[in-house]
Amino acid sequence: MGFDVEAVRADFPILSREVNGKPLVYLDNGASAQKPQVVIDAITKAYTQEYSNVHRGLHYLSNLATEKYEGVRGIVARFLGAEDETSIIFTSGTTEGINLVAYGWAMENLREGDEIVLSVMEHHANIVPWHFLRERMGVKLVWVDVDVNGDLDPQAVMEACTDRTKLIAVTHMSNVLGTVVDVKTICQAARARAIATMIDGSQASVHMPVNVTDLGCDFYPVTGHKLYGPSGSGAIYIHPDRMAEMRPFIGGGDMIREVHKDEVIYNDAPFKFEAGTPGIVQTIGLGVALDYMMGLGMDNIAAHERHLRDYARERLDGLNWLNVQGHSAGKGAIFSFTLEGAAHAHDISTVLDKKGVAVRAGQHCCGPLMDHMGVTASCRASFGMYNTTDEVDSLVDALELCHKLFA
Amino acid sequence: MATEAFEEIAETFEFLDDWEDRYAHVIDMGREMDPLDDAFKVPATKVDGCASQVWLVPQVEGGVFTFKGASDAMIVSGLIAILRALYNGLSVEDVQRVDARAEFERLGLNDHLSAQRSNGLRAMIERIRSVTA
Repeated sequence: MGFDVEAVRADFPILSREVNGKPLVYLDNGASAQKPQVVIDAITKAYTQEYSNVHRGLHYLSNLATEKYEGVRGIVARFLGAEDETSIIFTSGTTEGINLVAYGWAMENLREGDEIVLSVMEHHANIVPWHFLRERMGVKLVWVDVDVNGDLDPQAVMEACTDRTKLIAVTHMSNVLGTVVDVKTICQAARARAIATMIDGSQASVHMPVNVTDLGCDFYPVTGHKLYGPSGSGAIYIHPDRMAEMRPFIGGGDMIREVHKDEVIYNDAPFKFEAGTPGIVQTIGLGVALDYMMGLGMDNIAAHERHLRDYARERLDGLNWLNVQGHSAGKGAIFSFTLEGAAHAHDISTVLDKKGVAVRAGQHCCGPLMDHMGVTASCRASFGMYNTTDEVDSLVDALELCHKLFA
Repeated sequence: MATEAFEEIAETFEFLDDWEDRYAHVIDMGREMDPLDDAFKVPATKVDGCASQVWLVPQVEGGVFTFKGASDAMIVSGLIAILRALYNGLSVEDVQRVDARAEFERLGLNDHLSAQRSNGLRAMIERIRSVTA
């Protein structure tokens, strides 16, 4: 089956709007993706016809909302290749997912002096929760560098592990460099040494087929708003053996079976890790977004984005005053760059914005990586399934204007 | 309420029709501004709330306000140059009377003043107003 990017674009109403009098060229998908009409319609339908709280009422609407909401668990399981939908916990996004791993699993299973291995290109969401454990429990964080191309060598990760290493927490795809990490090799080597693996799937799950069973990871969080779904939605896959080792993290309604003055009996997993009224409509929207992606075919999306990556790489390589960070051969369509000379990333993004081109400028929530690269701030153009080679040309045109203005 | 220096800038901007020319001029003004000695780039002079790094060194002598400033971003440097034209040489009382939003609107640069813009122009104006209050 082919991939008709113009048909896909027609599904995203926001892509036809103008910004600063120019057609929108949305290249900030790494931060958050736009939503297709089916997701917007699903949100409207849920609120106009099918809304109630879930898991609680016996009335018609509550049953209907619960059915729609719970149906998404199976969709996420299918999307991530999980064998059983009870391995899927709904979250508000990857950040909550990783915090759940930190508080619900690591805090229970790690001791002072135990080690967590991280790569230097992790997002702050996959750093700060581990700093919490360092501060509170004396857990040691061990960092593994990336090479000059931005590649992370699985062997270097395993060599950083000692007999105190309890967890390896690395990204599947860098949100700055686009590097796709060979996490399967890491997960399999780690499992052989009884080290748990937390793979940050925020970026990778958007751009390629993911199968957690094949990867052999223990934790795999994803975030709905990057997956063309609603903000405030997300999920995490947790291996059944790890889930059995977890304690509930957030307490409240829905995660309990019985509550007494001197005792509380929790609900079964995965429900005991989902306290309070969840993002009901957001989660329903996430299910529709994932069905939409699977309908297009993750292989087709990946192939289209490889084409975009190759074209963008060729065009950006032609700009000899542009410094692109990240040259991994198999990288995703994410390009971070700086301009030679005095122009700041914010200067560049301001001018690109005037041309209708939306990129991100700053540190991209990756302080340690920026330190490692010796870059204070960069611009990032991150592509999604609806972007086109024409939009690569628009980016290059706008960059040429930057070069003219700031040279 | 505007200084002669600012009026000169406003006159120049009247001839700049499109945003590219206005931005090019802002960037040029940033380039031409006297560099700030590194000794002044300390936490006390740093302005929070700016996406790029901004330093602002105010001085009040005999009731007259002047300031020097710098940024590591070129557009922001140009905005600082405009702010210097707008405020430098005014009495501390007059500084309080300046309607910066209206003045930047005359230059067609008022979009830099919206609350969510992180270039720090508002933060710089607040700093200027607080040291002269």
